[in-house]
Amino acid sequence: MESPKRIDTQVLVIGGGVTGTGIARDLALRGVDCVLVEKRDINAGASGANHGLLHSGARYVFNDPVSAAECAREGRLLKKLTPQCIEDCGGLFVAVAGDDENYVAEFPRLCANCGIACRPLDVAQAREMEPALSPALIAAYQVEDAAVDPFMLSLENMAHALALGGRLRRHARVAGFEVRAGRVAAVKVRDKRSGTTFTIDADLVINAAGAWAGEVAHLAGIDLPIVFSKGSLLISDHRIAGCVINRLHPSSDADILVPGGSVSIVGTTSIRIDSLDDIRPTIAEMDTIVETAAQMVPELFRTRYIRAYAGVRPLVSIAKKKSDRSVSRNFVLFDHADAGISNFITIAGGKLTTFRKMAQHTADLACRKLGIAASCRTTSQPLPPCSDFEWTAPGQAAKHWMRAHGRGDLMLCECELVPKSVVAGIIQALQQQNDLPDLRSIGMRSRIGKGTCQGAFCGVRIAAYMSDRPDLPAYDGQDDLKRFLQGRWKGIRPVLWQAALAQEELQEAVHCGLFGLEL
Amino acid sequence: MQQTHRKTDPPQRCELLVIGAGMAGMAAALFAARRGIDTILVGESSEIIFASGLMDLMGVHPLAQKRVWHDPWAAIRRLCRDLPAHPYAHIPEAGIRRALETVFSFLESAGLRYFRRPQRNCRVLTALGSEKITYGVPRTMAAGVQVLERKKPCRIVDIQGLKGFSSRLIVRARHRSWPGLDAARIVFPGMQDRTEVYAEQMARALEVPRQREELARVLAPHVKGVAAVGMPAIFGMYHSDAVCRDLEQRLGVPLFEIPTFPPCVPGLRLKEAFERRLPELGVRLITGKRVVSADVSQSNGFAFGVGDDLAVAADAAVLASGRFLGKGLWADRRRVRESLFDLPVCQPDSRRRWHRRTFLDSRGHPLNRAGLEIDARFRPLGTGGRPVHRRLYAAGSILAHQDWMRAKCGSGLSIASAWAAVEAFIRERG
Ligand SMILES: Cc1cc2nc3c(=O)[nH]c(=O)nc-3n(C[C@H](O)[C@H](O)[C@H](O)COP(=O)(O)OP(=O)(O)OC[C@H]3O[C@@H](n4cnc5c(N)ncnc54)[C@H](O)[C@@H]3O)c2cc1C
Ligand SMILES: Cc1cc2nc3c(=O)[nH]c(=O)nc-3n(C[C@H](O)[C@H](O)[C@H](O)COP(=O)(O)OP(=O)(O)OC[C@H]3O[C@@H](n4cnc5c(N)ncnc54)[C@H](O)[C@@H]3O)c2cc1C
Repeated sequence: MESPKRIDTQVLVIGGGVTGTGIARDLALRGVDCVLVEKRDINAGASGANHGLLHSGARYVFNDPVSAAECAREGRLLKKLTPQCIEDCGGLFVAVAGDDENYVAEFPRLCANCGIACRPLDVAQAREMEPALSPALIAAYQVEDAAVDPFMLSLENMAHALALGGRLRRHARVAGFEVRAGRVAAVKVRDKRSGTTFTIDADLVINAAGAWAGEVAHLAGIDLPIVFSKGSLLISDHRIAGCVINRLHPSSDADILVPGGSVSIVGTTSIRIDSLDDIRPTIAEMDTIVETAAQMVPELFRTRYIRAYAGVRPLVSIAKKKSDRSVSRNFVLFDHADAGISNFITIAGGKLTTFRKMAQHTADLACRKLGIAASCRTTSQPLPPCSDFEWTAPGQAAKHWMRAHGRGDLMLCECELVPKSVVAGIIQALQQQNDLPDLRSIGMRSRIGKGTCQGAFCGVRIAAYMSDRPDLPAYDGQDDLKRFLQGRWKGIRPVLWQAALAQEELQEAVHCGLFGLEL
Repeated sequence: MQQTHRKTDPPQRCELLVIGAGMAGMAAALFAARRGIDTILVGESSEIIFASGLMDLMGVHPLAQKRVWHDPWAAIRRLCRDLPAHPYAHIPEAGIRRALETVFSFLESAGLRYFRRPQRNCRVLTALGSEKITYGVPRTMAAGVQVLERKKPCRIVDIQGLKGFSSRLIVRARHRSWPGLDAARIVFPGMQDRTEVYAEQMARALEVPRQREELARVLAPHVKGVAAVGMPAIFGMYHSDAVCRDLEQRLGVPLFEIPTFPPCVPGLRLKEAFERRLPELGVRLITGKRVVSADVSQSNGFAFGVGDDLAVAADAAVLASGRFLGKGLWADRRRVRESLFDLPVCQPDSRRRWHRRTFLDSRGHPLNRAGLEIDARFRPLGTGGRPVHRRLYAAGSILAHQDWMRAKCGSGLSIASAWAAVEAFIRERG
């Protein structure tokens, strides 16, 4: 998109997570003109820092039956309409000696009440299915959980919206609203790359800024009752189990193991935080996760972890309850006409699993307010797969390399097998959106930096490759590499023990010992 | 000289067993052999272990101020005053000098000449365009040190298909401070049809005069109007000095190598030189195996298990097993251990304090300073603060209170501490 000083649109969507991109697609399918602004990059928020579990709903049957039923319905729909983003691996709920046997006994009935399929397995059967499970297993049920690639999901939502005429500005942060006569008359947006400010005139503004929704609403003088709950996760260096494994108890910390292609992800914690300024996984959280989750899957004590990450759940505290886990995970749609601004709405809370429904409700309200009579099409229209974004899935780039190129193509990332041709494709796609590619944005769209070397090796190769491209004359590889390494460090630092420490030492010996990048 | 003993065979005997085949272990074996000590060296040595082939002595201190020193000896004196627990503080300056010169002249005898200046550090341009501060550089890098100092017009030539080395990246990183630097690219002769080329392959190819002639022909259009030409480090494997000089003569311009991302050819040359020459000095080399067990209960010697099937009895031992990468140290979620003897490791009291929040923090991570505490004779201390064994010594990066990666003292510290350990053994033996 060109960079004019003023942009006119029917709807402005703030936030490029799964909710915002889902709304953009929903609106575009209804023929509504829409611009999405994202202050960093697609999935820079919770949508890029979650567990990747497409909930069957079984996890919520006790605390939140409404969410449970909603997850069950949405999960089935997404498996049908967006199969390319989902690995339908199924899931288990398991209890180990010492777990609450009353809950174990009640579980099937609770599931049935919410319309959730749940099949009892005997313990031997479960351990045969998943040999990593603890010998102390006392109960197991099979459910319809699945794994979802949240990057592919948001990127494809966005790509579809763009194909239908939507517009996107990345690195564009909403910095202020001009409110006149009970309306948002204009939105001030700061372009972080150029440092300039531009204005968007929209008939309607949708705030889908996730955990930042309160901050954004505040810019328009509106207070939202949002609290933050940070969750951290750990990524193992190999896939530990074929299906999702949940601990069978009312939900608490570190009780789920989700496969993500060739790795597994274990977590999460739930920690109330006050500020969104420095979100990172901590060492104490890692210990909690390993020690708790190892009760279900003992090998987690010995597993090598590649990195950790943290995301923030925006919980809308309609009624204050004692523990964050029991604050509703349901979404809330605010029409700020109630607060005196007629063309401003906020969508907050919810889950990845229910994003489509959140988008539908939001778009319905938007259309009602704009007097547009178009109905939602995301309940039946499949999300078109977009070849630009298949690289987020582990193993995908390697298959492509074997298939299409092989000879004549350099392998730039040797841990995750990402060849030059794939990096070139991503660079081109970014350039078509008038964007300057860097290691971080390429990493977001591929497996670069996600393997054992965590970017220490492939980062150098890709920085060198980008420096060689005549179409990137201003690219500073050394600077970009430093930023990229620091970005990765956040997730490496908490998992540095055993073999990961040797890898870290090599990385530091190279980048400080040999290259002196710290000076 | 690969050994073929069985465990059932009687143990091999030696005066000194050196554990670890990194810089510290190799240097310790060299010093011991030179002093007529009957020595066995056991160690796995990976391709990456010598990395760049650069020989750091002391470059940066204090770390927080990022103070870079031109005179490494002045830096060491200042360091020893500020940090009396640093291993350098236990070694007389004359000893450090002697140790370094012994290694340099040994390497020279193996065909690896090093350029160094008695009182002065060198700066080397790296594959990332940064300036690396070091002391001794392979002769094949010397011209680069000189042009970098004067920022003379200079061309960096990279090679199509060599990953992770871009002359444009280097030039762009330096465009402000070194405007006379520019970039060019060649195709390595004879490898036109390869998608990927490897530094080591090219280095081996250049051992052949005909290949050098071809390379000179390809390079010729790119050497006009500059004071020197820099290339990724590929100038030969065994006769690098001669290969470099031959190319220079053909082209009429000084050439220099730039250290690439590891494994880097100058590092491989170092490893090769040690492994080839140490046995000629009488060192028994057992490579590709690790010392797996140690019995320290006898005060007059040790019994070691090596690999699955070897036993070694030694009067004394130097532990030069490195840190986490070499596996001399090992950590679980709670603490750091020394892998072979379970010696006490001086370390931060909690994992929360192992690493800082910024990877490139110039102060270094506290865990980097963890390691073995020693007495003035380089003997690791036990829990009571006394040497664990009369004749157990430690050398190299496993020592506590130093951060070689930030201070730029890796090789120098390994070599000097190896020297100190061997000297201490000689005094102890009487
Ligand atoms: C640890 C954790 C684990 C989770 N696991 C699961 C799971 O397994 N399954 C599941 O279904 N759900 C899960 N969730 C929930 C799920 O991730 C979120 O519900 C979902 O990603 C929210 O998407 P969003 O688009 O609303 O918010 P976000 O993804 O946070 O998007 C908001 C975006 O707004 C942008 N933004 C903020 N301020 C501005 C501004 N001023 N201008 C422009 N842009 C701005 C941000 O950069 C961000 O990209 C998990 C959440 C967490 C934190
Ligand atoms: C990436 C990288 C870049 C570097 N760059 C520079 C540089 O620019 N300048 C410079 O001067 N130096 C550089 N170095 C080298 C550095 O100086 C040395 O690695 C450092 O001095 C440590 O040497 P060391 O011998 O103590 O330990 P290491 O080099 O770690 O060697 C320890 C050896 O002991 C072996 N070992 C461990 N346990 C046992 C056992 N039980 N039995 C037998 N063997 C065992 C290991 O396998 C290993 O080979 C670099 C090293 C690396 C890895």
